[in-house]
Amino acid sequence: MATKVAVKRRKLLRAFLESGIAAALLVCALVSVAVLILVFAYLVGNALPFFGSYSLWSFLTGTVWMPVPPYPSYGVLPLLMGTIMVSFVAALIAIPIGIGCTIYLSEIASPGVKKWLKPAIEVLASIPSVVYGLFAALVLSEWLKAIFNPVTRLNALNGAIILAVMIIPILVSISEEAMNSVPRHLKEASLALGANRWETIRRTIIPAALPGIVAAIVLSIGRAVGETMAVIMATGNSTQFTTNILASVRTMTATLAIDVPEATNGSQEYYALFAVGLLLFVITFAINIIADYVMARYREAYK
Amino acid sequence: MKRRTKEALFFGLFRACAVIVVASLVIILGYVFINGIGKWSIQFFTQNPAPNIHGALVEGGILSPLVGTLMLMALVFVIAIPIGVLAAVFLSEYWGNTRVSRVWWIVVNNLAGVPSIVWGLLGVALFVYYLNFGLSLIAAGITLSLLVLPLIMVATKEAMEAVPSSMREASISLGATKWQTIRHHVLPYSASGILTGIILSLSRAGGETAPILLTGVAINAAIPGALTDQFQALPYYIYFNATQTSDSAQAYPMAYAAALALIAFIIGLNMVAIWMRNKYRKKYRW
Repeated sequence: MATKVAVKRRKLLRAFLESGIAAALLVCALVSVAVLILVFAYLVGNALPFFGSYSLWSFLTGTVWMPVPPYPSYGVLPLLMGTIMVSFVAALIAIPIGIGCTIYLSEIASPGVKKWLKPAIEVLASIPSVVYGLFAALVLSEWLKAIFNPVTRLNALNGAIILAVMIIPILVSISEEAMNSVPRHLKEASLALGANRWETIRRTIIPAALPGIVAAIVLSIGRAVGETMAVIMATGNSTQFTTNILASVRTMTATLAIDVPEATNGSQEYYALFAVGLLLFVITFAINIIADYVMARYREAYK
Repeated sequence: MKRRTKEALFFGLFRACAVIVVASLVIILGYVFINGIGKWSIQFFTQNPAPNIHGALVEGGILSPLVGTLMLMALVFVIAIPIGVLAAVFLSEYWGNTRVSRVWWIVVNNLAGVPSIVWGLLGVALFVYYLNFGLSLIAAGITLSLLVLPLIMVATKEAMEAVPSSMREASISLGATKWQTIRHHVLPYSASGILTGIILSLSRAGGETAPILLTGVAINAAIPGALTDQFQALPYYIYFNATQTSDSAQAYPMAYAAALALIAFIIGLNMVAIWMRNKYRKKYRW
């Protein structure tokens, strides 16, 4: 009898503990995502007051960014142009090299080479961006100065090249995963039909892995758009509106890093910077959603 | 062109791409090492930065930046890791494949791609001004915690998903409760994966510059005695000495030397994580 009661009590206690743990974990889950969502509501909330005193149209189409009284101008185009130019050129450099490196890594390299190449790429991905910035500002810029005779020592091309180096590891690791998940039998069938290795890669593996590779490219461009420290140290940060790749530009991220510490809380400039941040967030979020979508389609195809 | 030659040509091109990638790693690490190692000494690691006669912060060493970075990482460890890991456990084990949980993960995945400077901006608005922490260690620590939270959650989820569902089913069918199953079967097998994610997140937090630039780092800060003090950090010390000082002949070598210390620290952490992951991959094969 007594043992029955004890068993019952233990069962009760266990059930209580179970639900208690579940509740505690639920709280953590709620906290994590609620905080993240609240935080972004806050971003929007701080950007909105700016559009009360400054028209959205002049913000989006203005070509002068000069947050200086008495006649401040908050045209975001020079910053947007800087971001687009630097990340576009970075992507142009990174995509061929990154995909070539991926093909080598996943289809050609011997296991012995792979064993070293993969960690090397991971190390490249783990180097903090400020170190890349240091290299771009002090070393790469001097090389470019000697070769291209740019308008200023620090310029958009300098930033684009260092960004390319930074996003290649991301591109490689994601697209390598895509190429590895191409079913083995496709490759074997192609080889069995008499195609050589290059033909198999080109006609079978790449088409099959293409959505994954596209997602990798999109994600790495997103990373380039959001990068701050490397571009701030590499591009010279002039707010001029230019399409010259050899001239100094200032990206949206660099503007935030430079101007926010100087803006007074509650001033028009402060809210304008939140508008820039919101625009940056919207762009990167859209890029991530596109990559997600492509990736999901591709996962479905190979289930 | 012959098929054979074509193949050889393209394979040569791909090999060249791989060589370029490895070469860029070697060149960058090489430059930082050669230019930085000369300044390394006992004093470099045991003294705080001090100004020289020109006012440039190139005397002394990197003690306070180093300690500041470690303190930030400790804050992230205390704030982000328990919440992140537990939240991921709940979302993937308790809510599994429900619609809510799928949407939740889409949000988390996308937050992992939000630029670090945007987190910094939020840190300024929310912690520095709204909650009135001021420019401080705690404001920067919480900001960095938010930044790595999605990363920790994704890593934890992936580690737990790698445990086959047959393990869970076997445990449940033997009468174990949900939590007992997680505690004794899922967590032990995913622990090394989770730990790898934790180490990588911490190393990310230690190398971030942009968010702390906005939330409380200061070039002349001492080692903070309270959470509300401003602080110095290694990445910021590098940024400062590489860009905004008048005495560049003195400042650049210090920037390189500090960069070498930061790289050594971060790569060391990453090596541990890679090593652990490989070990665990060999140990458990299903």
